[in-house]
Formats: sequence, C-alpha cells, structure tokens
Amino acid sequence: MSFWEYANPQKFMQLSRKVMPWVAGASVLCLVGGLAWGFFGTPDDYKQGSTVKIIYLHVPAAMMAINAWVMMLVTSLVWLIRRHHVSALAAKAAAPVGLVFTLIALATGALWGQPMWGTWWAWDPRLTSFLILALFYLGYIALWQAVDDPDTAADLTGVLCIVGSVFALLSRYAVNFWNQGLHQGASLSLDKEENVADVFWFPLLVCIAGFVLLFLALVLLRTRTEIRARRMGALLARERMG
Amino acid sequence: MMPELGKYAGAVLGSYAASIALIVVIVGWSLWRAAKVKRALAEVEARAATGTGASTTTGAGKHG
Amino acid sequence: MIALLVRDMRLAMRAGGGFGLGLAFFLLVAVLVPLGVGPNSTVLALIAPGILWVGALLACLLSLDRVFALDFEDGSLDLLVTAPIPLEGVVAIKALAHWTVTGLPLTIVAPVLGVLLNLPVDGYVWLVVSLALGTPALSVIGAFGAALTVGLKRGGLLLSLLVLPLYVPTLIFGAEVVKRGAEGMATGTPLALLAAITAGAAALLPFASAAAIRINLR
Repeated sequence: MSFWEYANPQKFMQLSRKVMPWVAGASVLCLVGGLAWGFFGTPDDYKQGSTVKIIYLHVPAAMMAINAWVMMLVTSLVWLIRRHHVSALAAKAAAPVGLVFTLIALATGALWGQPMWGTWWAWDPRLTSFLILALFYLGYIALWQAVDDPDTAADLTGVLCIVGSVFALLSRYAVNFWNQGLHQGASLSLDKEENVADVFWFPLLVCIAGFVLLFLALVLLRTRTEIRARRMGALLARERMG
Repeated sequence: MMPELGKYAGAVLGSYAASIALIVVIVGWSLWRAAKVKRALAEVEARAATGTGASTTTGAGKHG
Repeated sequence: MIALLVRDMRLAMRAGGGFGLGLAFFLLVAVLVPLGVGPNSTVLALIAPGILWVGALLACLLSLDRVFALDFEDGSLDLLVTAPIPLEGVVAIKALAHWTVTGLPLTIVAPVLGVLLNLPVDGYVWLVVSLALGTPALSVIGAFGAALTVGLKRGGLLLSLLVLPLYVPTLIFGAEVVKRGAEGMATGTPLALLAAITAGAAALLPFASAAAIRINLR
C-alpha cells in the first residue's frame, strides 16, 4: 500500500467518503468549542481590552491562508511531476478556501487595527503582504476559470503557482524593506508564542486546530466535487462522440 | 452569559460576524456545488448506463 | 535569433500600436496625476517617484498582450516552437524586443516627465538608472504572463490580473531607489536588489514562459 495509491480517483473517493464526515465533525467541534471558549471564557487583555478576542479568528485564518498556498504549491508540483489528476484538482479546490481565509485575516485585521492603531488600514508590512497574497489567489483562480481544457488549465496554473510562490516570497521581503521605519512597532507581538499568556494560548490552539480541520474538510469536499465534475465532463464528451 | 466587551464591542462582534459570515459563505457554496455536481453526475451516469449499456470505468482521468 | 529580434522590433514599430501607445500613455499619466492631485509642487515632488514608476509599469502592461498573441494568430508561433532554436531563447528575445520598444523609450522620456512632476534634481539620475535596470524585469515577467494567456480569447484583462502581483517587488525596489535618490540618501541596497530581481527573472523566467507556451500549443 503506497501513499500514491490515493492518487487514483476511485481510491481517493472511497477514502475521502469515509474520512470526510469525521474531519468535518471534528472541525465543527473545535471551531465552536475554541471560539466559544475564547469568546466567553477568556479575560480581557490589560492593554488591548476585549479586542484580544479577535486573535482566535485572526491568527488561525492568517496561518491557514499561507498554508493553503503552500499546499497548492506542493500539489501543483506533484501534478507537474507525477501527473496525478487528484493532485491538480486538490490545488484547484484549495484556492477559493485560501482566498476566503485571506479575506478573514484581512477583515479581522482591519477591525482589530481600528481601535488599536486608530486606523482601519495601515500599510503595515504584514497587512500589505496579505493583500498581495489575496491578489495572487485571485489571479490563480481566474486562470483556472479562463482555460477550457482541464489538463491545460492544470498545467498552466501549476506553472503560475510555482512562479507566483517565488514572487510572493520576494514581495514579502520587498514589503518589509519598503516600510522600514514607517510603522515601527505596528505589528502585534501577540503573534509570537512566548508573548501570549496561557489563558489565551490554549483556546487559540483549539481554534487553530479547528481552522486546519475546516480547511481539510473543505478541500476534501471540493476535491470530490471537482473529480465528479471531471468525470461528468468525460461522460458528456463520450455521449457527444457516440 | 454575554461577556462585557466594553468600548471595543463593535470591533470584536464585527470580527466574529464577518469571519463567521465568510466561513458560512464558502461552506455553503462548496456544499451547494457538491450537491449540484453529484446530482448532475448521477443523471449523466444513469443516461450512459441505459443508453449504451456499457458501464464506464474511467474516472476523472487517465492516471498512472 | 538576431533576425528574430530585428523582425519583432520592426513589426512593433510598423504596427504603430505598442510603440507609440505606451509612450503616450506614460505621458498622459504624468499629465493627469497633477490635474487630479493639484498643482502643489511639494506634494508632487513627494509622489513623483511612485507615479513615474507606476506609470511605466502600466505603460509596459499595455503592450504585453501583443508579445505572443500576433504570432499565435498567424501561426508563426507554432513555427517558432518547432524551429531549431530553443524556445527559451525565443521567449527571451521576444522579451528583449518588447523592452527595446517600451522599456527603453520610457526610460529615455522619464526625465522629461520628471520635470512635469517636479521631481527633485537629485532624483533624475536615479530615475533613469532604476528604470533602465528595472524595466527589463517588467518585460520578462510580462512575457511570462503573456505566455500563460496566449491561447485565451479574453486574455487581456486576465493578463493584467496575473502580471500585476508579480510586478510588486520590482515596483517597490524601483520606486524606492528614486525616492531615496531624490532625498539624497544612499541608494545602493534597493538598487542592488532591483538588479538582482531583473537578473534572476531574465535568467529563470524564460524557462517557465517556454513551458507555458508549449502547454498552450499542445
């Protein structure tokens, strides 16, 4: 039994049918539990007041926004090297989810920034990087939509994903460089583990787990949909031929 | 029950509302599309089975 | 390859489109911005580096869809793919041709527009240097975007959406060079980084572009 067996669409469908309900259930459990714990069960921060509760959404969403792109990069590479269709479709399935997480990170960041920094939007390096990341997601999704032939689309988006990853990293450092000395201290040190007190850390962990599981469940569901759509396309094409 | 949010209530509640709304949108859209494609595929497969009598085994593509 | 370069440049000049249009667009941006922002010369001097770089970037974007589209339509791209010269080289030459008809003229005209935007005197040298170093990267990256969208019907808008995020590092470092130059600060670091991006993009991206063209023509 090698790992690559699950690159077979049928094997993947069988496995994902079994796994998906559990992942989805666990993600609902973790999300509801973690967010409720964070929202109702944790004290206010002495400096930030009740806005600290936003961390339970902001940090996991931001983490997963980046991880989703990394996952797309890996699956794109697998597709380009080993030509497993499930891999390409998983990358396609993950992109909108990653975009939504990016938007959550941006929205909560703006809402958090307003009371803390006195502005909805600062051209803080991290905020700017996420805006650029959102643009990369948009371009990637748009390219999938624009190309008719599914294999060509998978190839082109794979190449775009690889080149885009390099430029996204470059942009990250460029943005850091660009804003040096303008918004010093604007980014919150709460992101770092050692700066978060345990009271906030444990519910945060549960929320991160919830977001990871939510991402997994959504990607499984959407990959299944994509596989079905591909199969339908193949059947319809055969119908037209016959 | 409701924790005291103080003067930041708007920001906190807004964040939760916005995030939950976005999550609901992506989950709802994914589920809707999954159901739609599943239904359409079942239809096409039924037609393929009755029309030609040959059951098709090729999945989403030729892999290997 | 030199024949290809000459041919591409001649085509770009003759077709009238790309060559003059990009320059005119660049000029228009430089004229319209003061009209929108107001004639306050200190404000203009402050934003001049950014405006000039964004203008150059958009002007470059304007003619990108022609890099491969015309050859794709009349079938000569298929010939180039099967030609005995490597496709990577073809892509690099086409990017170079695109640069000589857009990036190079933009670089030469930029100081004139700097006057319109009240760019501080110290900035002119750096404006020309940064554009000369940075615009090749714009052409190479743009050629990659054009290669991705070559077979598509509605490629133009998609091309901008794909290429603009890729332009971010070049824009940031390019504008930073001019900004620092205009303020009389050291420009070594951003200039080196800008040059690094151009060199890296010119060395590696033609491979990705060639791969994209092969996929599109399959």
